[in-house]
Amino acid sequence: MDWKRILILTLVSLVMTCFSAAGFICRSRINARAKQNSTAVVEVKPNPTEAVVAFIAAYSVFSHPRCMNCHPAGNAPLQGDDSHPHAFRVQRGPDGKGVTAMRCSNCHQAANASSAHAPPGAPFPPEAKESPFKPRWHLPSAKMPLVFEGKTAAQLCRQLKDRNQNGGLSLQQLLQHVNSDPLVLWGWSPGEGRTTPPMSHDEFVAKVNEWINNGAPCPK
Amino acid sequence: MVLHVRNEEAVMESVTFVLNGKSTTVDVEPEKPLLWVLRDDLGLKGTKYGCGMAICGCCTVHLEDDAIRSCVTPISRVEGKRVTTVEGLSNDLSHPVQRAWMDIQVPQCGYCQPGQMMSAACLLAQKPNPTDNEIADAMSGNLCRCGTYQRVRKAIHRAAEIAAEKGVRR
Repeated sequence: MDWKRILILTLVSLVMTCFSAAGFICRSRINARAKQNSTAVVEVKPNPTEAVVAFIAAYSVFSHPRCMNCHPAGNAPLQGDDSHPHAFRVQRGPDGKGVTAMRCSNCHQAANASSAHAPPGAPFPPEAKESPFKPRWHLPSAKMPLVFEGKTAAQLCRQLKDRNQNGGLSLQQLLQHVNSDPLVLWGWSPGEGRTTPPMSHDEFVAKVNEWINNGAPCPK
Repeated sequence: MVLHVRNEEAVMESVTFVLNGKSTTVDVEPEKPLLWVLRDDLGLKGTKYGCGMAICGCCTVHLEDDAIRSCVTPISRVEGKRVTTVEGLSNDLSHPVQRAWMDIQVPQCGYCQPGQMMSAACLLAQKPNPTDNEIADAMSGNLCRCGTYQRVRKAIHRAAEIAAEKGVRR
């Protein structure tokens, strides 16, 4: 083999190695970019129109008797799908739990009574670490009554966002309340003879979430 | 509270609570209404069965300081708590409500009266001198088929007077 052939082969090898290296580097960069693109947080602008539509859908639950009956405009809880005042002259009381010998938990237990027209009930949430037999049934307090009855969607929306009226809840806490509070969940398991809100609990939570994630604007 | 199986069908539970001042343990099904534990297991017949759905108030007893309906209260709820029945108001009929009920001769048939007296005692413990309106708010969950409501109201005012006398406990 003459020296010219050896030189040519060496040069060809070097050129091929360079091309391979360049190709590898390019592919790596392309892959890295692709990875970057796939994990990039896509900034979604809040959509107020979608939010209002979602809130109006959720309003059909807030204004349903299973929810509204315990958010009355007056000082008596309401009963039934016609939202009549609670029998037996039941009163809200200062703490929302009734008065003297007529406290909510005198009759309402931590679970629904087994027969129709008997008192419904709900327990405390697990994080409260109360006895599972301790009833949580009550109205909002007299100081912060959080009225649903008679409110338009716009009025209710403004009230729900106002920490001075909503029990001091942030929007995320409000979402948690509608997602997991046993009193809210009761609306979908109200016991024999009681209707349930017009959408499932999952759909309701999704609507509230959509409203909040889109900036929680209120209907006009 | 101890859960154990007595037979193949019923899970039983040992529940301990203070009944009319005495520590009491019963071995019953956890969902059994307090009313039936009082009447059937413990032999205290003063508390009456009326409607069985917390509507009439005949079965009213005190759980701590509240006038609860024992017919819908599962026994598990009273674990570790104080329960007072009409028998526990006093040993010697000296409770102002008992004295007032005798003074005014409130009962007619008498069936609802243990519940009426327990609600009245609960009211007076919180409102020593209640108005007619406060009496109506407190007593409207206790029904009386004989219509003794006016005498009940009069007796509550009388009990308030008796309690106000020196040395008489409410």
